[in-house]
Amino acid sequence: MSTSNVPDSTQDFDFLGLLLAGTSGILIIVALGMAFLYAPRELTMGDVQRIFYFHVASAWVGFFGFFITFLAGIAYLIGGRRSWDILGLSSVEVGLQFITMTVVTGMLWAKPVWGTYWSWEPRLTISAVQLLIYVAYSMLRASITSPERQARFSAVYGIVAFVTVPLSWFAIRWWRTIHPDILTGGEAMAITPRMVQTLVASIAAFTVLYGTLLRQRMRLERASDALTRLRLKMERRSLLSS
Amino acid sequence: MSVYLVAAYAVFWALTSIFILSLWARQRRIERDIEALKQHLERGSPKNA
Repeated sequence: MSTSNVPDSTQDFDFLGLLLAGTSGILIIVALGMAFLYAPRELTMGDVQRIFYFHVASAWVGFFGFFITFLAGIAYLIGGRRSWDILGLSSVEVGLQFITMTVVTGMLWAKPVWGTYWSWEPRLTISAVQLLIYVAYSMLRASITSPERQARFSAVYGIVAFVTVPLSWFAIRWWRTIHPDILTGGEAMAITPRMVQTLVASIAAFTVLYGTLLRQRMRLERASDALTRLRLKMERRSLLSS
Repeated sequence: MSVYLVAAYAVFWALTSIFILSLWARQRRIERDIEALKQHLERGSPKNA
């Protein structure tokens, strides 16, 4: 029995992956430099306001990751292709990483500004619920043994769970909340052009980092599929020889 | 510089590093398993028998 039909993609030289990793590394260093050296010191909050650049950028990427899972879920339900399932699953895992970062950096900003790490106000409460919902996605997915059912469940769950993203976005606009609305808060929350440029650079850097991590996570899942196929081949051969 | 600012950026580096290391470790484990299974299958293939 030959193993030549087993994909060897896991060991190929990944030029695009290397290019993405290098680009995201450079962009992150540029964004860090801008956050600490280029953006001015905010008058009211002082240096702690500089958390905002990576906090907002990680929130954006987390939301974007869940949006990709939402789209991949729809595509899977229409086409039933495993690649959509891989994309959805990988995007949740990477998105979770960034949303965790958002929540933790938000808490570290809140302590010196609000005097407390946590407040059960609408935006923070929705963020906590969102985090738990997507952690549950991974746990529930792992508990299903049939690959087809696992993919179908994940697609539907990814679509329904996405409701937390617009909810979180609009929470600070619909309800009375102490969370600042920097992006659409009007003149009361005006930030200087240098601050805007730093924020845009951070968002760009985080988006490329998301792409890099997503690509690697998808490669891992494909490698895992190749391993499963090999195991099945082994089992079939054992059955034939017995 | 605020300790909270340093902690927030440290959290970014820590979480990103942990995630990258976990991806790398899982990839290495799968590649090792694939290689072992391939060798096992090739050893038992009819042309090698």
